[in-house]
Amino acid sequence: MAVYERTYRPYAGGFTPERRRFLVLPRYAYGEVFRSKLFLIFFVLCFIPHLAGAVLIYLRHNASALKFLDLSAAQLLTIDGSFFFNLMGIEATMCFLLSLFVGPALVAPDLRNGALPLYLSRPFTRREYVLGKLSVLAILLSAITWVPLLLLFTLQASLEDGWLAANGRVGWAIFAGSWAWVLVLSLIALAVSAWVKWKPVARIVLLVVFFVLAGFGAAINEILDTTWGSLLNLGELIRAVWAGLFGIDVRVRLEPGPAWIALAAVCAVSLVLLARRIKAYEVVR
Amino acid sequence: MVAEPLAAAPPAAPPATSPVLALDGLEVALGGRPILLGLSGSFSGRCIGLLGPNGAGKTTLLHTLLGFHKPSRGTARIFGRDIQTEGREIRRLIGYMPENDSFIAGLSGVRFVRLMAELSGLPPSQALERAHEALFYVGLGEARYRKTESYSQGMRQLAKLAQALVHGPRLLLLDEPTNALDPPARERMLKLVKEIRDQGKIQIVLSSHLLRDVEECCDEVLVLKAGRVAVSCDLEAERRANRRFLELELRGDDADFAAAASELGCEAAATGTLGRQRLKLVLPDGVEVADLYRLADARGVQIRRLSHRRDSLEDIFLKAMENGMEN
Repeated sequence: MAVYERTYRPYAGGFTPERRRFLVLPRYAYGEVFRSKLFLIFFVLCFIPHLAGAVLIYLRHNASALKFLDLSAAQLLTIDGSFFFNLMGIEATMCFLLSLFVGPALVAPDLRNGALPLYLSRPFTRREYVLGKLSVLAILLSAITWVPLLLLFTLQASLEDGWLAANGRVGWAIFAGSWAWVLVLSLIALAVSAWVKWKPVARIVLLVVFFVLAGFGAAINEILDTTWGSLLNLGELIRAVWAGLFGIDVRVRLEPGPAWIALAAVCAVSLVLLARRIKAYEVVR
Repeated sequence: MVAEPLAAAPPAAPPATSPVLALDGLEVALGGRPILLGLSGSFSGRCIGLLGPNGAGKTTLLHTLLGFHKPSRGTARIFGRDIQTEGREIRRLIGYMPENDSFIAGLSGVRFVRLMAELSGLPPSQALERAHEALFYVGLGEARYRKTESYSQGMRQLAKLAQALVHGPRLLLLDEPTNALDPPARERMLKLVKEIRDQGKIQIVLSSHLLRDVEECCDEVLVLKAGRVAVSCDLEAERRANRRFLELELRGDDADFAAAASELGCEAAATGTLGRQRLKLVLPDGVEVADLYRLADARGVQIRRLSHRRDSLEDIFLKAMENGMEN
């Protein structure tokens, strides 16, 4: 319709498939998130550990480069499960910082500005809304965790004969371990954003969930001489899960089983909190 | 990557015979408190007014139609589709303009409306084109690149109308569209609503506690009181009936004139006092005002004043509030 006509025109075109409509939300969210230069710089910095890992893998398999740098392969880190475990540990911290930046702005502005009735009055459900908002963080965190780590894994496997056979479980551990952390972080950030409308306060709440609770758990461990306090330490939980997945021996106080259950419980609580909050209108009793 | 094909067609057109809105003993309780109590009725007007004092249940009814609240008993149908089983289909056909301030922070007007169109299933390029059109249509063309949070109250109302229209709905639910608008902005909003109504491509349910808004725009009205239907009437039929109801002020032999009018088929009743005779008449079909003048001329009676009854929506509303419930 030409602008000058200014009459209402019914829509007669096609429609996008319903099952991928939730992806509209991350597309718009990235438009806003990447407008911040600070965020963009931080996001680029998140790839430096992977770049360093790629350089290391390259050096280990390039005799002329080693000779040029006057190094031997034995002086470099061994590329095995521990190498990827440590790389994931660094990225886990980056993920947390990224969630701290993006998470509080996901749901709170929609609740503050009464936008939920606008979303939910369309052929778009609460579930799709949560899925869309969850994908904002999940896609960002995936981009700095399992996607580049699996690329490194593939690079290493392609450069060293027999390495894949010896370290086959590492690929699965990277994928499953990263997803576990991505889901936990995204759901907690989303739940906090749904309940705390003010961004700085939401960030403080996230810090409390991750650090103050961990301190509280450590105090319980010390006072009661137990290890169950570690269930309050999300960092410790994910390390226990990763240790189990990678099959490596690291200093964690928990077995993978209880750690998985605790993380599942955290996700379930976050979903319940979201379900109670993501409604077109709040019914006042 | 191979692009996924678009769904073949827009939602099927509603059957021509289905009423726009059919309520069938609809009851809704919120927080254990009954809000809507057994609403029934069928409405097919181009613009249906939902009228009632604050707290009557107008907004709750709209929210229930949108699937925000689950009926505790009964149901409702929009274009023949059940709100409980075909909610998604119904929301495809509906454009909703909420009562409260609603916008998405950080987005310009055009991005906001485009996002809403995409969530309704329009492909990105079509959504962008229609977002521009919708914003121009409501009169926000010049302000479409400004952030929505910088809009005035009136502009936000217009932006809400644009997002409700952008995906080409068949039914527009407007909840208090003139809320918090100054008189010129209110006039502009009502003009738009009437324009949309008169184009006939879209039907409207307009909820308001302002009688004038409903009277100006609607041809059918549902008056709610304390969650019940106080009255529902066809304003167009009411207006037509009013045109047949006359009040005359006569000079001369009014009894003779009344008898002659009765012979023409009019219902007549004298109400005046001596010297200022007044006669109330209901004209049957086929009898026009000109016939009365001819009759008066033949009987030597002067018609000094002739007025049509103006039983306004206000009268209907006040009677409904006094008399209680229809069902």
